[in-house]
Amino acid sequence: MKTLPRADVAIVGGGWAGLLMAKELGARTGLSIVVLERGRPRKTSDYTDGMDELDYAIRLRMMQVAAKETVTFRHTPKDRALPIRQFASFLPGTGVGGSGEHWTGIVPRFLPDSFEIHTRTVERYGAKRLPENHSIQDWGITYAELEPFYTRAERLLGVSGKAGADPYEGPRSAEYPTPPLKMGYFPSMFVTAARSLGYHPAPTPSANISTPYRNPDGVIRPACQYCGYCQRFGCMVGAKAQPSNTLLPVIARQKGVSIRTGADVRRLLYKGGKVTGVSYRDAAGEEIVQPADLVMLASWTLNNTRLLLLSKIGEPFDSATGKGHVGRNLTHQSQSRAVTLFFDRPLNRFMGGGANGVHIRDLDGDFFDHGPLDFLRGAFITAHALGYAPIANFGVVPPSVKTTWGSAWKKAAIEAFDCTANLGISGEHLAYRSNYLDLDPTYRDQHGDPLLRMTMDWNDNERNMIRYLSAKMAEVGRAMGAREVVTPPLPGHYDVLTYKSTHLQGGAIMGTSPAVSVVNTWLQHWQVPNLFVLGGSAFPQNASGNPTLTILALTLRTADAIVDRYVKQPGPLA
Amino acid sequence: MRRRHFLTLSTATVGGLLVYTLDRKPIRAHAQSRKIRVPLKFFNEREAFVIAAAAGRILPSDSTGPGATEAGVIIYIDRQLASPFGRDVNRYTQPPFEEGVPEQGYQGKATPREVYREGLALLGRDFDRLTPEEQDAKLRSIETTWFFRLLRQNTIEGMFCDPMHGGNADLIGWQMIGYPGPYMSWADHIDQHYGKSFRPAPKSLGDVLGRQVKPWEDEV
Repeated sequence: MKTLPRADVAIVGGGWAGLLMAKELGARTGLSIVVLERGRPRKTSDYTDGMDELDYAIRLRMMQVAAKETVTFRHTPKDRALPIRQFASFLPGTGVGGSGEHWTGIVPRFLPDSFEIHTRTVERYGAKRLPENHSIQDWGITYAELEPFYTRAERLLGVSGKAGADPYEGPRSAEYPTPPLKMGYFPSMFVTAARSLGYHPAPTPSANISTPYRNPDGVIRPACQYCGYCQRFGCMVGAKAQPSNTLLPVIARQKGVSIRTGADVRRLLYKGGKVTGVSYRDAAGEEIVQPADLVMLASWTLNNTRLLLLSKIGEPFDSATGKGHVGRNLTHQSQSRAVTLFFDRPLNRFMGGGANGVHIRDLDGDFFDHGPLDFLRGAFITAHALGYAPIANFGVVPPSVKTTWGSAWKKAAIEAFDCTANLGISGEHLAYRSNYLDLDPTYRDQHGDPLLRMTMDWNDNERNMIRYLSAKMAEVGRAMGAREVVTPPLPGHYDVLTYKSTHLQGGAIMGTSPAVSVVNTWLQHWQVPNLFVLGGSAFPQNASGNPTLTILALTLRTADAIVDRYVKQPGPLA
Repeated sequence: MRRRHFLTLSTATVGGLLVYTLDRKPIRAHAQSRKIRVPLKFFNEREAFVIAAAAGRILPSDSTGPGATEAGVIIYIDRQLASPFGRDVNRYTQPPFEEGVPEQGYQGKATPREVYREGLALLGRDFDRLTPEEQDAKLRSIETTWFFRLLRQNTIEGMFCDPMHGGNADLIGWQMIGYPGPYMSWADHIDQHYGKSFRPAPKSLGDVLGRQVKPWEDEV
């Protein structure tokens, strides 16, 4: 055990949230800041060599290795949790930049009423409409409070889009920093068909920028090349905003910030109502103590919660009694595919990018009357030119083809390969008392620490929402001229086999009082004022769209509070 | 130390196509050279013929185009099984191993190497000498096994991977489906060609970069 010299700030996790906080504090304070990242360094020039579907999109070369650390999973507290032996349902990142390096870059703002979901839902439909066993609650912050930080986050990334194109978007104080991306054929067909049915398609806000852009930090990035190597890949030209191309160039010039890789943080050190630092195992296997006055957890939703539990900070959630908060309100996202469409024309779908296309929010939030329906809320629905790669997408055939191998299947798969596409759903996932995180009693990680245990299953609200939205999108698919329109089977139980999204939320949620949350709206721990917990772990529930822009906006809001208030007078901010 | 094994292929089998050997020095099979010998890293030659024959029924060579045999899928699978993937280095393999519900995913103890060993036993030593009809009947009888699912997945991978991994020889998999590979830019094309097929000649990552890239299976 070695104890290092004290740092002013220790940040656990070098992804979007941790590095953005480091950059902000590095630019605006004289604090000494160390970022502890368990993975390896990364740089933009790594990514030309990474344009390989097998190693990166199939074998997940950039991502967290399950052999080192995974999570266990079960449907209910009565079941036995078993380890997720290989990740598939969601794909945690690792290394400098975290999953921000290989993310898709879809960056909508959350809908204004998402932040007040409990209040607004009860106002319109009455408390009786909330699902049995729900644990839905307001965030304790409003869209209006967050709006300036959304604008700052968009300028940091250079988000491409068009103000006013989406009539459902919350009020904006500024135009998007870059104009919409060029449109591929598949999204263009969706635009025509969706408009004919009364929907309002708009360019999807994208961290892939459409024109060269200089952000407020002076970082210049080039325009998207539509190469298709986006989701699960690092961008080889730096057009997709990633921590490596957006934050690291700034941090590299900052004297106060250092990034220490190979530092796998195992515990927060906690004494007398304060954290005194963290302990980690370095790449050589040595146990190191890093004392710090201020600790920021920014190691993604699941690991933030796990480190709080392992460090015995806060009261763990007990699903039987409903007491305790650490680990509760775990949410994911309802589905990633609305309908699969088979056309009789080629789509040239190798071109594009993960966030290249259009979306509609007509069936999102509470923009349609749920009075006569059997579910609440809705989904962010997309038609994107994703850049389809062959291994993952060969073999999708119409249901009339009954075999999955051999000549007949091969023929159908070749015909369908470039004539098939999906409409995507990011369905809002409500919070329930039965979906939560705690420590597993059996399985351990590479260091011998207990794994995190996920208890989660789908409920009727998700199933009924998907049924309704898939039927609506099937109508759009037919209007697009699809020869066959296939709706996926409804999710029965939650599974760890099929990719949904890497949007997991909750576990260390924010709120207006310690009676309902782990952190205050400044993401500061209620009981431990020198501990901040950044990222999606703070979201009381999933909010349909992709979470990263909101994570960045909340991080900027916390950074302001630290610079303007906490540094001058350390202590509770709320 | 493992005895060195080679896969001997007649040029009729590979159809005169470019075949990548396991050290990735391409051997051009000339019309004159009747046979080429590809060093094997995991299988012995008999096993390689059996797995190659099974992969060749999943993606057969037929009127719609070349199949697993021409793509060199067996060379891809052999190299993958010799690599950390074959040994399950990245999968969480700590006990206890318990049978769960399907939604909890694969909970088996067997590594891909062990799964293929089991599969070879299921297929039998002379699988490649059966008629195609007999081979299909045999495969249908094991369709629900983990081995068959892995073989099917690996066959698709070997058909459509970048050739640096040993499969998709001469890019025939990509040619067959019109996939051009990792071009650096479609900026002049993304909003063109609406409804019409646009089929640039396929290029491997090595072609695009003008140098070879080290695939993950070659890293220790």
